Amino acid sequence: MLANFMAWMDKRLPLTDAWNKHLAQYPAPKNFNFWYFFGSLAMLVLVNQILTGVWLTMSYEPSGDGAFASIEYIMRDVDYGWLLRYMHSTGASAFFVVVYLHMMRGLMYGSYQKPRELLWIFGMLIFLVLMAEAFMGYLLPWGNMSYWGAQVIISLFGTFPIIGDDLTLWIRGDYVISGATLNRFFALHVIAMPLVLVILVFLHILALHEVGSNNPEGIEVKKKKGSIPVEEQSKFTFHKQYTDKYDIVDAIPFHPYYSVKDIMGVAGFLIIFCWVMFFAPDGGGYFIEAPNFEPANGLKTPEHIVPVWYFGPFFTVLRIVPDPLLGTMAMFGAIIVLFLLPWFDRGVVKSVKYRSKLHLLNLIQFSISFIVLGVLGTMPATPTANMIGIVAAFGYFGFFVALWFYSKNEKCKPVPERISH
Amino acid sequence: MSNVPVNNGRRRFLTAATVVVGGVGVAGVAVPFIGSWNPSARAKAAGAPVEVNVSKIEPGQLIRAEWRGKPVYVVRRTEETVNSLAKHDDQLRDPNSETAQQPSYATNAYRSIKPEFLVALGVCTHLGCAPTHHGDDFDQHVAGVTNGFFCPCHGSKFDMAGRVFQGVPAPLNLVVPEHSFTSEDTLLIGVGSDASIGDA
Repeated sequence: MLANFMAWMDKRLPLTDAWNKHLAQYPAPKNFNFWYFFGSLAMLVLVNQILTGVWLTMSYEPSGDGAFASIEYIMRDVDYGWLLRYMHSTGASAFFVVVYLHMMRGLMYGSYQKPRELLWIFGMLIFLVLMAEAFMGYLLPWGNMSYWGAQVIISLFGTFPIIGDDLTLWIRGDYVISGATLNRFFALHVIAMPLVLVILVFLHILALHEVGSNNPEGIEVKKKKGSIPVEEQSKFTFHKQYTDKYDIVDAIPFHPYYSVKDIMGVAGFLIIFCWVMFFAPDGGGYFIEAPNFEPANGLKTPEHIVPVWYFGPFFTVLRIVPDPLLGTMAMFGAIIVLFLLPWFDRGVVKSVKYRSKLHLLNLIQFSISFIVLGVLGTMPATPTANMIGIVAAFGYFGFFVALWFYSKNEKCKPVPERISH
Repeated sequence: MSNVPVNNGRRRFLTAATVVVGGVGVAGVAVPFIGSWNPSARAKAAGAPVEVNVSKIEPGQLIRAEWRGKPVYVVRRTEETVNSLAKHDDQLRDPNSETAQQPSYATNAYRSIKPEFLVALGVCTHLGCAPTHHGDDFDQHVAGVTNGFFCPCHGSKFDMAGRVFQGVPAPLNLVVPEHSFTSEDTLLIGVGSDASIGDA
């Protein structure tokens, strides 16, 4: 009965074929470690955001007069409203946690290098859209930090010469941030951005499966067709799209091996996620900032305007530059250099495991600089903080510059032909 | 395709013509989508000028008016304050208000129409926070200057003419909005005037 149904379907839609190509017969390197959890976790969080987001819109009122009150209504009067909202707000922070770790994985194992440049760029576009999505979402509760945070970010566009003022007026749709701004951000947050995000995630995975997954060793599991004796090839059946072109070694099918492994990751993740959601849903003031518990007020600036923690590193880069236009450019520059990473790195060895000591140290100093920038971004600006910020920003940008110089003739360890464990 | 008898030149011309006409169509369709983001007629109406009665402001007092949702600081400066404005010029970025942060009729030593009344947007020129008015304890921020504005966000400092001090994040003086006096006691914010004071 089911077999008949599937046969009927397969004649009309390549269902079984797609399942095999991307899951049951997708050759994934056999040595994925802990760091490989975060891709699937990001997808889990995306589903969580979409699902809880749709439910929140059912009770949310996107207007300057009604938004703040409707959040209180969701929190107090709607059955399980508090839970749906905390799933969504905790999910936003969790999204950035897993995405930053996912990106760190790419940095460590050289997953951005040839031939995975486009895959990396799709990933960066996802990151960019995610930041826009999170920024717009943060305005919707219409709390005072929502308001002033948006004020600061929108005024960044005002630093552009000549068009600046008209551009900010156009973005706001009013002389100040108002209900008009709230409404368009709502539309973008719930329709436009998620749509783009889902399409980009689709392309990210499609590009991944075209080039194949990297792994902690940075050794390709797809070898030249005919170069590997049959008895040394992976014993599993893989989709002919892969085996027609390559000999596959040291790989296992994504499903069931990694689907099951990822369930372990999901379980571990959900323990932490639920703990935060139930016991510290405001994340100690970092996920939902204190001034956001009072309504937006254009005449009352919060004591310290700092963005949510996940914008911290880029906010610090903005803040340490005295000139607003240069600061804005430095901030966007901090994101653009990430886009260009595949071309800053002129090396051929992927994994940090086989690269030079210098690269390892550079990677460590980059991670520390990024974290320092992030921490500073959540703190008020003091001269000391600014000094530390400048040092950390040099570390951040210096990573790319140094990489470009030493990667050309880097002394790497010999990379084995095969994954040995 | 190559074995099909086609006129390639004609095909290229028709393709190019279609692309051009289609492109014009796309650009035309984009107009309403982009245009709808401009301030609506309602928003424009809400941004109409605001009247403020200045007769009840005590010397040294600041009142806040709201114009286009932004705080407008109206300060009745004491004679002492007005006279002290010129004394810290060397500590300011733009003591002579050379950058057009004020209408031409307020481009003078007091950055105002009448020396007594400062009218300025209470919006820091760094990132848009509201600077706090310090009526008598500003010397904790700038030694020797008794009153001024201090922005709590990133520490920018302004004097009682809204002029920015050096060494702070804010690059420009506070904005003086278009304003005029319709009578001795009535300030109209949002409509300019060409009145000027004698010695400026």
